[in-house]
Amino acid sequence: MKKFFIGFAVVSLLIAGVLSYFASGDPDGLDKTVEDTGIAAHAQEHPFAGSTFADYALGGDDKFTGLAGVLGVIAVLAVSFSLFWFLRKKTPSTDSADR
Amino acid sequence: MHMSDGLLNAPVSIAFLAVAAVGVGFALVKARADLDDRTAPMAGLVATFIFAVQMINFPILPGASGHLLGGALAAILVGPYVGALCVTIVLVVQALLFADGGLTAIGANVTNMALIGTATGFLVAVALRKLAERGKGGLAAVAFVSAFVNTVVAATGFIVEYAIGGVGGVEIGKVALLMWGLHALIGIGEGLITAVTVTSVAAIRPDLVYLLKGNRKPLEVRS
Repeated sequence: MKKFFIGFAVVSLLIAGVLSYFASGDPDGLDKTVEDTGIAAHAQEHPFAGSTFADYALGGDDKFTGLAGVLGVIAVLAVSFSLFWFLRKKTPSTDSADR
Repeated sequence: MHMSDGLLNAPVSIAFLAVAAVGVGFALVKARADLDDRTAPMAGLVATFIFAVQMINFPILPGASGHLLGGALAAILVGPYVGALCVTIVLVVQALLFADGGLTAIGANVTNMALIGTATGFLVAVALRKLAERGKGGLAAVAFVSAFVNTVVAATGFIVEYAIGGVGGVEIGKVALLMWGLHALIGIGEGLITAVTVTSVAAIRPDLVYLLKGNRKPLEVRS
Protein backbone atom coordinates (compact mmCIF):
# COMPACT_ATOMS: atom_id res chain seq x y z
CA MET A 1 0.00 0.00 0.00
CA LYS A 2 2.80 2.39 0.90
CA LYS A 3 4.56 1.33 -2.28
CA PHE A 4 1.68 2.58 -4.40
CA PHE A 5 1.65 5.98 -2.74
CA ILE A 6 5.41 6.39 -3.06
CA GLY A 7 5.23 5.33 -6.71
CA PHE A 8 2.46 7.85 -7.40
CA ALA A 9 4.53 10.63 -5.82
CA VAL A 10 7.62 9.66 -7.80
CA VAL A 11 5.64 9.72 -11.07
CA SER A 12 4.46 13.25 -10.24
CA LEU A 13 8.01 14.35 -9.43
CA LEU A 14 9.32 12.97 -12.72
CA ILE A 15 6.56 14.64 -14.72
CA ALA A 16 7.07 18.03 -13.06
CA GLY A 17 10.83 17.75 -12.79
CA VAL A 18 11.80 16.20 -16.12
CA LEU A 19 8.92 15.88 -18.59
CA SER A 20 8.13 19.57 -18.03
CA TYR A 21 11.14 20.47 -20.21
CA PHE A 22 9.33 18.95 -23.18
CA ALA A 23 6.09 20.88 -22.71
CA SER A 24 4.84 23.02 -25.56
CA GLY A 25 5.48 26.73 -25.13
CA ASP A 26 2.53 27.71 -27.29
CA PRO A 27 -0.47 29.45 -25.69
CA ASP A 28 -3.16 27.14 -24.34
CA GLY A 29 -6.74 27.16 -25.61
CA LEU A 30 -7.90 30.09 -23.52
CA ASP A 31 -4.75 32.15 -24.11
CA LYS A 32 -4.99 31.49 -27.84
CA THR A 33 -8.62 32.58 -27.81
CA VAL A 34 -7.92 35.84 -26.01
CA GLU A 35 -4.88 36.53 -28.19
CA ASP A 36 -6.68 35.93 -31.48
CA THR A 37 -9.67 38.05 -30.47
CA GLY A 38 -7.60 40.89 -29.04
CA ILE A 39 -9.04 40.43 -25.54
CA ALA A 40 -5.51 39.75 -24.31
CA ALA A 41 -4.71 43.45 -24.76
CA HIS A 42 -6.75 44.05 -21.61
CA ALA A 43 -4.93 41.45 -19.53
CA GLN A 44 -3.13 42.91 -16.54
CA GLU A 45 0.27 41.77 -15.50
CA HIS A 46 0.19 39.31 -12.64
CA PRO A 47 0.91 41.00 -9.29
CA PHE A 48 3.54 38.33 -8.65
CA ALA A 49 4.99 38.36 -12.18
CA GLY A 50 8.37 39.34 -10.76
CA SER A 51 8.44 36.70 -8.04
CA THR A 52 11.17 34.09 -7.85
CA PHE A 53 9.30 31.19 -9.43
CA ALA A 54 6.96 33.11 -11.74
CA ASP A 55 6.11 31.18 -14.91
CA TYR A 56 7.65 27.98 -13.56
CA ALA A 57 11.17 29.33 -13.81
CA LEU A 58 13.81 30.61 -11.45
CA GLY A 59 14.19 34.37 -11.73
CA GLY A 60 12.86 34.18 -15.28
CA ASP A 61 15.35 31.51 -16.35
CA ASP A 62 13.44 28.53 -17.62
CA LYS A 63 16.47 26.28 -17.50
CA PHE A 64 15.16 25.76 -13.98
CA THR A 65 11.63 24.71 -14.94
CA GLY A 66 12.23 21.26 -13.50
CA LEU A 67 13.30 22.72 -10.18
CA ALA A 68 10.21 24.94 -10.09
CA GLY A 69 8.12 21.87 -10.91
CA VAL A 70 9.63 19.85 -8.08
CA LEU A 71 9.05 22.74 -5.70
CA GLY A 72 5.44 22.97 -6.88
CA VAL A 73 4.95 19.24 -6.35
CA ILE A 74 6.23 19.58 -2.79
CA ALA A 75 4.04 22.65 -2.14
CA VAL A 76 0.86 21.03 -3.50
CA LEU A 77 1.56 17.78 -1.66
CA ALA A 78 2.17 19.60 1.63
CA VAL A 79 -0.92 21.78 1.37
CA SER A 80 -3.28 19.09 0.11
CA PHE A 81 -2.05 16.31 2.38
CA SER A 82 -2.36 18.58 5.44
CA LEU A 83 -5.86 19.69 4.51
CA PHE A 84 -7.16 16.22 3.67
CA TRP A 85 -5.54 14.60 6.69
CA PHE A 86 -7.09 17.26 8.92
CA LEU A 87 -10.53 16.84 7.30
CA ARG A 88 -10.62 13.05 7.35
CA LYS A 89 -12.87 10.98 9.56
CA LYS A 90 -10.72 9.95 12.47
CA THR A 91 -11.82 6.31 12.50
CA PRO A 92 -10.16 4.22 9.80
CA SER A 93 -13.54 3.51 8.34
CA THR A 94 -15.06 0.71 6.39
CA ASP A 95 -18.59 0.91 5.06
CA SER A 96 -20.11 -0.20 8.31
CA ALA A 97 -18.50 2.69 10.16
CA ASP A 98 -20.63 5.23 8.31
CA ARG A 99 -23.13 6.81 10.59
CA MET B 1 -7.17 27.52 -19.08
CA HIS B 2 -6.00 29.99 -16.44
CA MET B 3 -7.26 33.47 -17.21
CA SER B 4 -5.26 36.52 -16.27
CA ASP B 5 -6.60 39.49 -14.37
CA GLY B 6 -8.37 42.11 -16.43
CA LEU B 7 -10.28 39.89 -18.87
CA LEU B 8 -13.47 40.13 -16.80
CA ASN B 9 -14.71 43.36 -15.24
CA ALA B 10 -14.43 43.90 -11.50
CA PRO B 11 -18.05 43.20 -10.47
CA VAL B 12 -18.11 39.91 -12.38
CA SER B 13 -14.70 38.91 -11.03
CA ILE B 14 -15.96 39.54 -7.52
CA ALA B 15 -19.22 37.72 -8.19
CA PHE B 16 -17.27 34.64 -9.28
CA LEU B 17 -15.03 34.90 -6.25
CA ALA B 18 -18.23 34.55 -4.25
CA VAL B 19 -19.46 31.65 -6.39
CA ALA B 20 -16.12 29.89 -5.94
CA ALA B 21 -16.11 30.52 -2.18
CA VAL B 22 -19.58 29.04 -1.78
CA GLY B 23 -18.73 26.06 -3.97
CA VAL B 24 -15.42 25.33 -2.26
CA GLY B 25 -17.06 25.77 1.16
CA PHE B 26 -19.72 23.26 0.21
CA ALA B 27 -17.06 20.84 -1.03
CA LEU B 28 -15.11 21.25 2.23
CA VAL B 29 -18.17 20.24 4.22
CA LYS B 30 -19.10 17.32 1.98
CA ALA B 31 -15.52 16.06 1.49
CA ARG B 32 -15.23 14.89 5.10
CA ALA B 33 -17.41 11.86 4.48
CA ASP B 34 -15.11 10.71 1.65
CA LEU B 35 -11.83 11.09 3.54
CA ASP B 36 -10.34 8.51 5.84
CA ASP B 37 -6.86 7.24 6.69
CA ARG B 38 -6.60 5.59 3.28
CA THR B 39 -8.27 8.09 0.96
CA ALA B 40 -6.75 11.24 2.50
CA PRO B 41 -3.19 10.42 1.33
CA MET B 42 -4.59 9.36 -2.03
CA ALA B 43 -6.35 12.72 -2.37
CA GLY B 44 -3.11 14.55 -1.65
CA LEU B 45 -1.35 12.54 -4.32
CA VAL B 46 -4.12 13.15 -6.84
CA ALA B 47 -3.80 16.92 -6.32
CA THR B 48 -0.04 16.63 -6.70
CA PHE B 49 -0.35 14.57 -9.87
CA ILE B 50 -2.76 17.09 -11.41
CA PHE B 51 -0.33 19.91 -10.65
CA ALA B 52 2.51 18.00 -12.31
CA VAL B 53 0.52 17.04 -15.41
CA GLN B 54 -0.85 20.57 -15.81
CA MET B 55 2.73 21.68 -16.45
CA ILE B 56 2.79 19.56 -19.59
CA ASN B 57 1.26 21.58 -22.38
CA PHE B 58 0.72 19.36 -25.40
CA PRO B 59 0.44 20.74 -28.93
CA ILE B 60 -3.01 20.69 -30.52
CA LEU B 61 -2.56 22.94 -33.56
CA PRO B 62 0.36 24.95 -34.91
CA GLY B 63 0.66 27.77 -32.38
CA ALA B 64 -1.73 26.38 -29.81
CA SER B 65 -1.47 23.93 -26.97
CA GLY B 66 -3.53 22.54 -24.15
CA HIS B 67 -3.05 21.00 -20.77
CA LEU B 68 -4.96 18.75 -18.42
CA LEU B 69 -7.61 20.41 -16.27
CA GLY B 70 -8.08 17.32 -14.11
CA GLY B 71 -11.67 17.61 -12.95
CA ALA B 72 -12.90 14.27 -14.25
CA LEU B 73 -9.65 12.57 -13.26
CA ALA B 74 -10.00 13.79 -9.69
CA ALA B 75 -13.72 13.03 -9.48
CA ILE B 76 -13.27 9.46 -10.72
CA LEU B 77 -10.41 8.76 -8.33
CA VAL B 78 -11.43 10.60 -5.15
CA GLY B 79 -15.01 11.75 -5.67
CA PRO B 80 -16.51 15.08 -6.66
CA TYR B 81 -16.08 17.01 -3.39
CA VAL B 82 -12.53 15.98 -2.60
CA GLY B 83 -11.79 16.26 -6.32
CA ALA B 84 -12.98 19.86 -6.47
CA LEU B 85 -10.70 20.64 -3.52
CA CYS B 86 -7.74 18.97 -5.27
CA VAL B 87 -8.11 21.15 -8.35
CA THR B 88 -8.70 24.26 -6.20
CA ILE B 89 -5.45 23.70 -4.28
CA VAL B 90 -3.58 23.31 -7.57
CA LEU B 91 -5.01 26.58 -8.91
CA VAL B 92 -4.22 28.50 -5.71
CA VAL B 93 -0.62 27.27 -5.60
CA GLN B 94 -0.19 28.10 -9.30
CA ALA B 95 -1.52 31.62 -8.83
CA LEU B 96 0.46 32.39 -5.66
CA LEU B 97 3.75 30.63 -6.32
CA PHE B 98 4.04 30.65 -10.11
CA ALA B 99 2.03 33.74 -11.13
CA ASP B 100 -0.08 31.43 -13.30
CA GLY B 101 -3.70 32.60 -13.34
CA GLY B 102 -4.68 36.05 -12.04
CA LEU B 103 -5.55 36.83 -8.45
CA THR B 104 -8.87 38.61 -9.06
CA ALA B 105 -9.52 35.97 -11.72
CA ILE B 106 -9.05 33.11 -9.28
CA GLY B 107 -12.77 32.97 -8.53
CA ALA B 108 -13.65 32.44 -12.18
CA ASN B 109 -10.75 30.03 -12.68
CA VAL B 110 -11.79 27.93 -9.69
CA THR B 111 -15.41 28.04 -10.84
CA ASN B 112 -14.50 26.78 -14.31
CA MET B 113 -11.85 24.19 -13.65
CA ALA B 114 -12.41 23.06 -10.06
CA LEU B 115 -16.19 23.31 -9.70
CA ILE B 116 -17.74 23.06 -13.18
CA GLY B 117 -15.07 20.73 -14.54
CA THR B 118 -15.14 18.34 -11.62
CA ALA B 119 -18.92 18.29 -11.27
CA THR B 120 -19.39 17.71 -14.98
CA GLY B 121 -16.79 14.97 -15.11
CA PHE B 122 -18.35 13.26 -12.14
CA LEU B 123 -21.91 13.43 -13.45
CA VAL B 124 -20.88 11.94 -16.78
CA ALA B 125 -18.83 9.23 -15.09
CA VAL B 126 -21.67 8.29 -12.74
CA ALA B 127 -24.14 8.18 -15.61
CA LEU B 128 -21.81 5.70 -17.33
CA ARG B 129 -20.81 3.78 -14.19
CA LYS B 130 -22.29 0.48 -15.43
CA LEU B 131 -19.90 0.59 -18.37
CA ALA B 132 -16.97 1.52 -16.13
CA GLU B 133 -17.60 -1.53 -13.96
CA ARG B 134 -17.37 -3.82 -16.97
CA GLY B 135 -13.60 -3.92 -17.06
CA LYS B 136 -10.57 -2.04 -18.23
CA GLY B 137 -11.89 -1.04 -21.65
CA GLY B 138 -15.14 0.19 -20.16
CA LEU B 139 -13.37 2.19 -17.49
CA ALA B 140 -11.04 3.73 -20.06
CA ALA B 141 -13.98 4.73 -22.25
CA VAL B 142 -15.84 6.29 -19.33
CA ALA B 143 -12.74 8.17 -18.20
CA PHE B 144 -12.14 9.45 -21.73
CA VAL B 145 -15.71 10.63 -22.29
CA SER B 146 -16.13 12.28 -18.89
CA ALA B 147 -12.79 14.07 -19.25
CA PHE B 148 -13.63 15.25 -22.76
CA VAL B 149 -16.98 16.64 -21.61
CA ASN B 150 -15.37 18.21 -18.53
CA THR B 151 -12.96 20.14 -20.76
CA VAL B 152 -15.59 21.45 -23.14
CA VAL B 153 -18.01 22.42 -20.36
CA ALA B 154 -15.27 24.12 -18.32
CA ALA B 155 -14.40 26.10 -21.46
CA THR B 156 -18.06 27.05 -21.68
CA GLY B 157 -17.69 28.54 -18.21
CA PHE B 158 -15.30 31.12 -19.62
CA ILE B 159 -17.63 31.86 -22.55
CA VAL B 160 -20.51 32.53 -20.15
CA GLU B 161 -18.34 34.67 -17.87
CA TYR B 162 -17.09 36.68 -20.84
CA ALA B 163 -20.67 37.13 -22.05
CA ILE B 164 -21.71 38.47 -18.64
CA GLY B 165 -18.78 40.74 -17.90
CA GLY B 166 -16.00 40.44 -20.44
CA VAL B 167 -13.69 43.36 -21.16
CA GLY B 168 -12.97 44.40 -24.74
CA GLY B 169 -16.41 43.98 -26.29
CA VAL B 170 -15.49 41.06 -28.53
CA GLU B 171 -18.48 39.37 -30.12
CA ILE B 172 -19.38 36.39 -27.96
CA GLY B 173 -19.91 34.10 -30.94
CA LYS B 174 -16.30 34.55 -31.93
CA VAL B 175 -15.11 33.77 -28.41
CA ALA B 176 -17.37 30.72 -28.21
CA LEU B 177 -16.28 29.34 -31.56
CA LEU B 178 -12.59 29.57 -30.69
CA MET B 179 -13.01 28.27 -27.15
CA TRP B 180 -15.14 25.31 -28.18
CA GLY B 181 -13.04 24.45 -31.21
CA LEU B 182 -9.75 24.52 -29.33
CA HIS B 183 -11.11 22.75 -26.28
CA ALA B 184 -12.67 19.98 -28.30
CA LEU B 185 -9.09 19.19 -29.36
CA ILE B 186 -7.70 19.70 -25.86
CA GLY B 187 -10.49 17.47 -24.56
CA ILE B 188 -9.08 14.56 -26.58
CA GLY B 189 -5.76 14.98 -24.77
CA GLU B 190 -7.54 15.34 -21.44
CA GLY B 191 -9.50 12.19 -22.23
CA LEU B 192 -6.40 10.17 -23.09
CA ILE B 193 -4.46 11.29 -20.00
CA THR B 194 -7.45 10.61 -17.77
CA ALA B 195 -8.06 7.17 -19.29
CA VAL B 196 -4.43 6.10 -18.89
CA THR B 197 -4.22 7.42 -15.33
CA VAL B 198 -7.48 5.96 -14.10
CA THR B 199 -6.92 2.53 -15.65
CA SER B 200 -3.36 2.45 -14.25
CA VAL B 201 -4.60 3.15 -10.73
CA ALA B 202 -7.44 0.65 -11.17
CA ALA B 203 -4.98 -2.03 -12.30
CA ILE B 204 -2.91 -1.70 -9.12
CA ARG B 205 -5.34 -0.43 -6.51
CA PRO B 206 -8.96 -0.73 -7.67
CA ASP B 207 -10.05 -0.02 -4.09
CA LEU B 208 -8.74 3.53 -4.49
CA VAL B 209 -10.97 4.35 -7.45
CA TYR B 210 -13.97 6.21 -6.06
CA LEU B 211 -16.15 5.51 -9.08
CA LEU B 212 -15.71 1.76 -8.66
CA LYS B 213 -16.59 1.65 -4.99
CA GLY B 214 -20.24 1.07 -5.83
CA ASN B 215 -20.73 3.04 -2.75
CA ARG B 216 -23.06 4.58 -0.40
CA LYS B 217 -22.66 8.28 -0.74
CA PRO B 218 -25.71 10.45 -0.14
CA LEU B 219 -25.38 11.88 -3.64
CA GLU B 220 -26.02 8.42 -5.09
CA VAL B 221 -29.12 8.17 -7.17
CA ARG B 222 -29.32 4.41 -7.23
CA SER B 223 -28.84 1.97 -4.35
